[in-house]
Amino acid sequence: MGYEISRRTALRGVVNGAAVAVGVPLLDAFLDGNGEAMAAPTATGGVAAVPVRFGTWFWGLGVNPNRWFPSKVGPGYDLKPELAPIKDYQNKINVYGNFNVPLDGAPNLPHASGGPAIRTGRALTAERGLPGESFDVTIGDLIGTRTRFRSLEMSSSGDPRNSLSGRGGGNLNPSEVSASALYTRIFGTGFKDPNSATFTPDPQVMARRSVLSAVTEQRQSLERAVGAADRQKLDQYYTSVRQLENQLDVQLTKPEPLQSCVVPRSVADLPVNAEIEHVILNHQLMTQLLVMALACDQTRIFNMMFNNGASSLTRIGSTITHHQLTHEEVLDNRLGYQPNATYFLTKIMEAWVGFVAALDGIKEGSRTLLDNTLVLAHSETEFAKFHTIDNIPIMTAGSAGGRMKTGIYVDGAGTPVSRVGLTLQQVMGVSLDRWGSKSMETSKSIGEVVA
Amino acid sequence: MKRVKLLKLATLGFAAASALAAGVGAVDTPPSIASPAPSAQAALAPQFQIVAMRRITEAQYRNTIADIFGPDVRVAGRFEPVVRPAHELIASGAREASISPAGLEQFDAMARGVAAQVFDESRRSQFAECQPADATKADADCAGKVLAPLGRLLFRRPLSAGERDFYVKLAGDSAGQTGSFYKGLELSLSAMLDSPNFLYVVETAEPDPANPGALRLDNYTRATRLGFMLWNSTPNEALLQAAQQGKLTDDAALAVIAGRMVNSPRFEQGLRAFFSDMLLFEKFDELAKDPVIYPYFNQDVAKALPEQTLRTITAHLLGKGGDYRALFTTPNTFMTRSLGPLYQVPVHKSAGWEPYQFAAGDDRAGLLGQAGFLSIYSHSGRSSPTLRGRAIRELLMCQPVPNPPGNVNFTAVQDVHNKATPTARSRLTAHSTDEVCAGCHKITDPVGLSLERFDGIGAFRAAENDTPIDSSGILDGMHFEGADGLGKTLASSPDTTQCVSSRALQYATGLGSEDVSPWVEALDKQFAASGYGIRALFLKVATMPATWQVKAAPLDQGATKISYAGQRR
Repeated sequence: MGYEISRRTALRGVVNGAAVAVGVPLLDAFLDGNGEAMAAPTATGGVAAVPVRFGTWFWGLGVNPNRWFPSKVGPGYDLKPELAPIKDYQNKINVYGNFNVPLDGAPNLPHASGGPAIRTGRALTAERGLPGESFDVTIGDLIGTRTRFRSLEMSSSGDPRNSLSGRGGGNLNPSEVSASALYTRIFGTGFKDPNSATFTPDPQVMARRSVLSAVTEQRQSLERAVGAADRQKLDQYYTSVRQLENQLDVQLTKPEPLQSCVVPRSVADLPVNAEIEHVILNHQLMTQLLVMALACDQTRIFNMMFNNGASSLTRIGSTITHHQLTHEEVLDNRLGYQPNATYFLTKIMEAWVGFVAALDGIKEGSRTLLDNTLVLAHSETEFAKFHTIDNIPIMTAGSAGGRMKTGIYVDGAGTPVSRVGLTLQQVMGVSLDRWGSKSMETSKSIGEVVA
Repeated sequence: MKRVKLLKLATLGFAAASALAAGVGAVDTPPSIASPAPSAQAALAPQFQIVAMRRITEAQYRNTIADIFGPDVRVAGRFEPVVRPAHELIASGAREASISPAGLEQFDAMARGVAAQVFDESRRSQFAECQPADATKADADCAGKVLAPLGRLLFRRPLSAGERDFYVKLAGDSAGQTGSFYKGLELSLSAMLDSPNFLYVVETAEPDPANPGALRLDNYTRATRLGFMLWNSTPNEALLQAAQQGKLTDDAALAVIAGRMVNSPRFEQGLRAFFSDMLLFEKFDELAKDPVIYPYFNQDVAKALPEQTLRTITAHLLGKGGDYRALFTTPNTFMTRSLGPLYQVPVHKSAGWEPYQFAAGDDRAGLLGQAGFLSIYSHSGRSSPTLRGRAIRELLMCQPVPNPPGNVNFTAVQDVHNKATPTARSRLTAHSTDEVCAGCHKITDPVGLSLERFDGIGAFRAAENDTPIDSSGILDGMHFEGADGLGKTLASSPDTTQCVSSRALQYATGLGSEDVSPWVEALDKQFAASGYGIRALFLKVATMPATWQVKAAPLDQGATKISYAGQRR
């Protein structure tokens, strides 16, 4: 059972549980006739260009490969039972199969190695953090510096440490786990409605801005006396300061009006835990907020974790978690898969489609928010029962404002998974011709999906 | 000699040369190296360098704010977690922790919240002894009098003249912008709270006169280490004064001060933080149990579990001055109303905690019979001898257990409803017929199986699926029965005391297990000589040279040496 979201339901109902329909103004004044110019990432002439966004969507514990991966390569790929939920959006979704994760002798740390390999192009050597910078951060350095938030991280199953985004080493961008806290962060104090007629720079923000400049002015005195490891930490600290300064600069500038931006109502506090029903609801609420954060241009980078790698999802009344099920549930000989573990996978795919639908439900000129976004969705393992990390299921949704071809199944033929990361970075405008390390270093992007 | 050092500074070609020059004549260099002639001071100032930057933890941040500004000042925000390195303490992770944009955003929000409370009308008189000439205008003199002492407390050392001027100017500029002297102070204070000098414990070293060519941690760094190691909070006035007087590099004076600290009631706060780190208490934040299977489990129980364990530990080790090894066998603990049903014991008080003693021979004795340990090392719907055995090996004996290999086949582990394998022991035996799996499971399972009479939330049971539970266990060749037997076996194992000795030293220094290993055996011997008293252990750690030495090797890697005055601006 999926949940269907139309433009209007996206703006009412779920958020705050209140059935308040929100008017959807269509500000034709900002369209150039057919709306094309608005969607173009480089529109000029004083009219707000609709930005291109990048984000990720993660789920734990993979799929049943022969019930999920298409057989037919290229456009018009076939939908096996577990991928069938994406049917309505197939023309906007690419599927990537047969991309490998060579670890060069590093151990395959169960549920820990796969995700970071896709995000960093490197093998994890210790069961902590990230082996390098995740590429959403790299893209964020390019496109995320002029919004209030450089990025938004969310984990709908709880645990702020459930994150695959960061600069590497000890740095991990912590995830927001509560929808109501996420609401406050985005739409609480400091939020400026881009469609508001008036704008007065907040003196508090101006004062904060000077505080941060002050912090930066003291940089040299510390840096002169530190060793290499501490210098790196300081660099990261000051990168964070710059980011915060950028956010404040944005708040001191009158925002351009954005026709799709409709400020949502606040969200009630809900329990955050790993029970699937709660996770689905929490994910729905967070998705609604994220969609509006994007439409209101509060951020251009996001990372959504539906569940965690060794998924602790559970059902009320069950003795066992999703993760345990994948290992301990007997393969049903008649069905050929583990029915109880697969229950969670079905819910996950439904949530993914709900996420895509929510993005696609927002119109931006002649396109939708989804069209102006590129979302990478992936898991951390292929088939969880055996912890396999070659052929991890990967999808992208959206065309990054027309820069990606969509509706294609790509067969990687055993080439390294870093090709996906390289391609997406290039599409998003990062200037690089090779990416990844050791066996995952590649200069071969996936030409068939680049428009 | 003097010339050489000055020249060395000059050749470094600092952009901050003017700041340096201003700082050279600063009056805030410690008296131990003070010189009557300011012009000579730069030459006499020893070469200092930053040897570590340790991010303060959430608890340390909260304790610091409460100690400096009062417990009524609220800290509202979400802390970026410090990542725990595998098999190590969070205290070690703090040495590597950076601050992300999202993390800093939160720190900045907390800083503004704290600063606004400190200088609101109801509190400002506590922190501002002077009155500005005009509350709508800047007043550099008064701002300096307010900010310099606060800066000293927050940065855990005196502000340099350069820093003092800097924060006073910031307060003045902001007062001008906002038309309020106190608003100016508030913004200047939030800049301090955002500073890496506050968010990180910046550890600095100086040449060690006893070991020419080597370095030792300086006085203020020592004060800070003592504060966080023993009280989990920022150094107080007495410690900062001791540092100023150079007492903390004096072995005899250091021993007196550390001795006072471990005998203070505040040591309990420090000990709680230490055991929370050593026993991975962050796991309690994620504890979830299935309410259908475990009706006795609820949020009150979840909150009470870590508290029960910490009360047991501190009452035994501090209240009684008990032997560390007896933590694994003590029948004494504490109960609160919400735990009564889980333990099936009467609880008289309707609120709060009361002491409770299990009967002699009760299987509940010791930390491992407590529901806290038993429930975090279980699955959400059933117990796990493997997780429990692994936790005992890793947390209490410091023996890392390898991860399962990536390609493991779990098919042999059947579901809990299989009639052929009604108990965890029978299921694991079936699983362990696979030799690849058996290698690790034989390290963990024979230990954990002795706790099988406690289910996934630590409630007692005699049978699983109507089959009586065999709670015999084996640890390093010793055979025993139940939690009681396991506790006695652990109490007699040399690994448990060596483990806590090693952890204490890691906790103090932020180093990893490998780095501290050369000192552990000797430390453990002294721990033994004290009758395994925890105060004695921490006192020893606080006074042993290893805690204050700086390893020579990493220092020369890319570190630029610089004078004290320069480094402090």
